[in-house]
Amino acid sequence: MDLSAINPILFVAGFLVAATPLIFAAIGELVVEKSGTLNLGVEGMMITGAICGFATAVETGSPMLGFAAAAVGGAVLSLLFVFLTQVALANQVASGLALTLFGLGLSALLGQSYVGIKPPRLPDINFGPLADIPVVGPILFTHDIILYLGIALVAATWAVLKFTRAGLILRAVGESHDAAHALGYKVVRIRTLAIMFGGACAGLGGAYISLIRVPQWTEGMTAGVGWIALALVVFASWKPWRLLLGAYLFGGITQLQLNLQGAGVAIPVEYLAMSPYLITIIVLVILSRDKSAAPACLGRTFHASS
Amino acid sequence: MTETPLLDLKGLTKAYPGVIANDDVSLSIQPGEVHALLGENGAGKSTLVKMIYGLVKPDAGSMQMFGVPFAPAEPRAARAAGVGMVFQHFSLFDALTVAENIALGMENAPKLRDLSQQIRHVSDTYGLPLSPDRVVGDLSAGERQRVEIIRCLLQEPKLLIMDEPTSVLTPQEVEILFKTLRKLSAEGTAILYISHKLEEIRALCDSATILRLGKVVGECTPAETSARDMAEMMVGKLLQTPTRAGKTPGDVVLELKGLSAQSPSAFGMPLRDINVEVRAGEIIGIGGVAGNGQDELLAALSGEMLTSPGMIVFKERDVSLLGPTPRRAMGILSAPEERLGHAAAPDMSLTENAMLTAAARERLEKGGLLDWGAAQRFAEKIIETFDVRTPGPGNAARSLSGGNLQKFVIGREVLQRPDLLVVNQPTWGVDASAAAAIRQALLDLAENGTALVVISQDLDELMEISDRFAALNEGRLSAPRPAQGLTVEEIGLMMGGAHGMEVAHV
Repeated sequence: MDLSAINPILFVAGFLVAATPLIFAAIGELVVEKSGTLNLGVEGMMITGAICGFATAVETGSPMLGFAAAAVGGAVLSLLFVFLTQVALANQVASGLALTLFGLGLSALLGQSYVGIKPPRLPDINFGPLADIPVVGPILFTHDIILYLGIALVAATWAVLKFTRAGLILRAVGESHDAAHALGYKVVRIRTLAIMFGGACAGLGGAYISLIRVPQWTEGMTAGVGWIALALVVFASWKPWRLLLGAYLFGGITQLQLNLQGAGVAIPVEYLAMSPYLITIIVLVILSRDKSAAPACLGRTFHASS
Repeated sequence: MTETPLLDLKGLTKAYPGVIANDDVSLSIQPGEVHALLGENGAGKSTLVKMIYGLVKPDAGSMQMFGVPFAPAEPRAARAAGVGMVFQHFSLFDALTVAENIALGMENAPKLRDLSQQIRHVSDTYGLPLSPDRVVGDLSAGERQRVEIIRCLLQEPKLLIMDEPTSVLTPQEVEILFKTLRKLSAEGTAILYISHKLEEIRALCDSATILRLGKVVGECTPAETSARDMAEMMVGKLLQTPTRAGKTPGDVVLELKGLSAQSPSAFGMPLRDINVEVRAGEIIGIGGVAGNGQDELLAALSGEMLTSPGMIVFKERDVSLLGPTPRRAMGILSAPEERLGHAAAPDMSLTENAMLTAAARERLEKGGLLDWGAAQRFAEKIIETFDVRTPGPGNAARSLSGGNLQKFVIGREVLQRPDLLVVNQPTWGVDASAAAAIRQALLDLAENGTALVVISQDLDELMEISDRFAALNEGRLSAPRPAQGLTVEEIGLMMGGAHGMEVAHV
């Protein structure tokens, strides 16, 4: 075992990358749940975004177009969930599970001819002299634009939910759809927009895996990140900054166990591989002992009866 | 009247599948007038005000405001035209603060800090003390209503619609509300006041329109009409007042000794050191503003919520650690407040619902097998005895109207010959004649030696049927006093007076 083989700078820079798909998927789901809807289809929307983004990037040669296509793909798939739960008033849990299974199958079908291809690379942002600062430079200023967008999205979500009228209305719909309806807010329309936002974010998260983190396409490559995102939202008590913290914790341990595997630590690989999931959930359970934060209407079907 | 009315409704009609909610309803309201809208449940009051507030579109008829056609497509348009509405239920968000709740009900809400200023200003002007930063889930019912009223007042409405505003208030709080409303009316704001509490309407309103089955059946000047006449116009028949013969109570059936318990829900109220004895054949009425421990008391008595040993003694036996089923077998029955979801399973049939609570006492279960035939006969007996209007016992509980389901839920317990019956809000949302029938059934039960604990928000009801009266306030029970001869002031004081009203100067 040789722990000195782990370069702390590369390690930190690496875990920022590892956490990014999770940040996207989780922040989207946070908005969806704040509106009172529980969409368990995150994994399905992520993998659909992953293949949409991958295929578009390969065909056009532009990673940015790929990310745009991934967001559109995730949002379009989420419309299926909108139709089932907001129009047909189907059960949200069952619809979400169906969405995941559908997304996994659809992506496998779409991705058949893309296995083994390398996608075009998204260049890192050139921060000029900033990247030359010792330690801080390589950690903070050697990434692509999507990673920074993820962090910005967390900040923006926090600010919108806390300070703006749109955020207040979104929270109100999630707290009591009956009261919101009585005041004349369009519950279904607001939830539809939230679900589509969630789908677009999940799609971006998926594409980040297939275009940047792994850069290739394999079936089922999101490997449960969507499920971790769902757990993360709950254990982060629907708070954006705590969610970011949880995502970095998960990313950090993922990166650490990969490095430990590389360094040849005498722990079976299976234990190392499961450690990020276990530790993230344990830490967040301990953090989330203030239980009252769940939107009161989460998962309940709204039917406007006047 | 030569003045242009503030609001003039002509021939409004609205039909839902199978029922005409409003049939050719016309009425007009002058500026500054306090107009009562009277009627039983299902008479069409709510539909009518929902049309004025833009939540429902009329099928036919027209509305005019100051002589100009008025057809709000949504509440936003109605609010912009100067209509404000204080809802009976469902319009506050528990997890948000007072200021956020108010901002949600306004067009062009200002920044929260400015809004807090305005809230303080309006609450001072109208004597409605309220702190903008508090979370609504922590407020009392009276304070929640203040939130709604202030939300309307901030928009300077020309017409304020109030739907059953006093059902959750203490008498002192009602008095303050009336002062506020009179002040508004003097400033020229018209008020459309929905209620079935006739004495209040006589005290407050200038004129009244009475609805029955969707039609206007009469108009009157409340101050010059007796409450009984108005009630009979509402119901369309003579009212039976429940009666009972005086009787001396028997042995102690239920004894609560220092009953204290935490509430199972986050916004609930803990029970604090409740001591009371209930005797056979006695009805003890428990009043108090909602949210002061009523649900918790029922849960503790029914066995849904277990308490420490020795706190609940039934016929000299400690039942504190027994769950609902053994307690039911012993004769402790209960009917909780929430009909759909607590007292009855909404999507199950009446037969199944009868089975759910009566399995043990009516021998509907034999050796682990369910006797559906007997359950159906029992359900039919309830339907017949309590005049439950439904096509048959196979119908889902959800399909019954509130009043009919309430008759079923109470009847189901009454017919199981309880030794102790605990009911919460037995006539909530039930029309006057059905309410009279339910009260009569409770009185008959006491006559036959059952001990009853009746928890209710309706003080008139409690005064009518109780032998002794006590009030819950912040989870504490006042010492019970004979109901006969209690004055409204005494009751108000037992209920804890006006919550936070000391600083109010109107």
